[in-house]
Amino acid sequence: MDLGPQIVLASLDGAVTAAVLALTALGLSLVFGVMRVVNVAHGEFFMLGAMIAWFVASAIGGHPALGFVAALVIAPLLVGGLAASADWLIIKRLDYEPEATIVATIGLLYILQQGALITFGPVAQAVEAPFNHRIEIPWFEGSNVGWGLFTTSYKLFVIGAALTILLGVWLLLSRTKTGLLMRATQLDRETAQAFGIPVEKVYALTFGFGAAIAALAAVLIVPIQQADYLMGGDPLLLSFIVVIIGGLGSLRGTLIAALLIGMSDGIISVFFTPTLAKIIATLVVAMVLVFRPQGLFGAKAQ
Amino acid sequence: MLNVTGIDCFYGDVQVLRDLSLSVQRGEILCLLGRNGAGKTTTLKAIMGLVPVRSGTITLDGETISTLPAHAVPKRGIGYVPQGRRLFAEMTVAENIEVGLQTRGKGEKTREKVLTLFPRLRDRYRQRAETLSGGEQQMLAMARALAVEPDALLLDEPTEGLQPSMISLIRDVVSGLKDQNVAIVLVEQRIDTVLSLADRVVFIENGVLRDEAHAADLKNNPDLIRKYVGV
Repeated sequence: MDLGPQIVLASLDGAVTAAVLALTALGLSLVFGVMRVVNVAHGEFFMLGAMIAWFVASAIGGHPALGFVAALVIAPLLVGGLAASADWLIIKRLDYEPEATIVATIGLLYILQQGALITFGPVAQAVEAPFNHRIEIPWFEGSNVGWGLFTTSYKLFVIGAALTILLGVWLLLSRTKTGLLMRATQLDRETAQAFGIPVEKVYALTFGFGAAIAALAAVLIVPIQQADYLMGGDPLLLSFIVVIIGGLGSLRGTLIAALLIGMSDGIISVFFTPTLAKIIATLVVAMVLVFRPQGLFGAKAQ
Repeated sequence: MLNVTGIDCFYGDVQVLRDLSLSVQRGEILCLLGRNGAGKTTTLKAIMGLVPVRSGTITLDGETISTLPAHAVPKRGIGYVPQGRRLFAEMTVAENIEVGLQTRGKGEKTREKVLTLFPRLRDRYRQRAETLSGGEQQMLAMARALAVEPDALLLDEPTEGLQPSMISLIRDVVSGLKDQNVAIVLVEQRIDTVLSLADRVVFIENGVLRDEAHAADLKNNPDLIRKYVGV
């Protein structure tokens, strides 16, 4: 097989990974940026999103698109609400103390993970994609069909949906009053309070919102990947990698790092092994931490 | 109008304000004088609810504000110009003013009023706050506080590090606010500014209010200033 089409294929898969990763990491980055809380339970919110998507889809039945659309709405709302109440019940009580919240979110990780095991069971569940047309990679159409050189319309949809959501988040942050309050709280919590911004509510909202984005990313990926109660580990690790490389709290950095990690993961996995992809990603993180601890686009700590 | 009665404040176990009382009326400028670390900034922060008050009360127009959560205090009508300006550096001039406006839900009219006071900000409207000069940043800090349409205004060293022309602009704005019946609490190191602006001066030392004088009297008798500020 030629190298060209293989690269195209690997890039497409990489782009899907990157798109979902960008969303997941964005949630983590927002929570850290605004609240200075390192949310170790972030991957579990992703997992919950996937499990709820499966649960909703199988409960509704009928055409897979019905369940999918319902899950797109229900999963982020439920997960976001759950995260906001976790903030109100736990993280707020710890005064958002960085060390204490790490320990608390580790606890939250296990509660959510085991809670999902008890509720949904240990079996990996598949969710049918709402649509899944086979699309030949046009460039080599005909000559290479037998080699399986195709992607699916659903994968392209995931990339488009992720881009749309990212654009939406950017508009929310830069153009709306909610975004203004979030940014003011992020930049200077005390002064924000001195101008009437209820920072605790902003925190609860941000924590819920960050988790909801992760859940949304999971709903998008679950028709490609399957859902099980242990699936939160990988997205958490990769999100941390992305956020460290991009710079915590930087939207642009998160996007670029997600693209870098997602694409290289896709391409290296195809040509070599997925393990090598992880090794390289971790190496990049180590290098970034040594030479540019604030991340590629992060602002220096004040 | 704004009454502070016998407040005690702590940073951890260290007591920084002891039984401190003061009051300021509408259309009056009260100045807090004292050396660095005396507790002037903490007094303003205590009024804003940013430093918890362990005992004593703070009232605004008769309403107790010292038990309110910090974000509820400015909504009662207090504007705050913090020490070192504390602008939202990465946000634009427009957005910084917007944060002030949303405090009490003010709109276009207030924005125009504030920009008319500081026309320079209009030229810099879409620029990030961190790109402004020191004087412009101070204007923006004032504008943000005035966007609250405050009944009481707390100013923490608004002339710090500014050139003379800028100081006189700030001075004009402050005395203009006094004429509009705003109650003003000013922390200021510059004695000439204090004497020309303030109606009354209180002297704070080690978190205790030691003395109080009318500014007019201090002009003829600067002993107190020498005693508590050392100039």
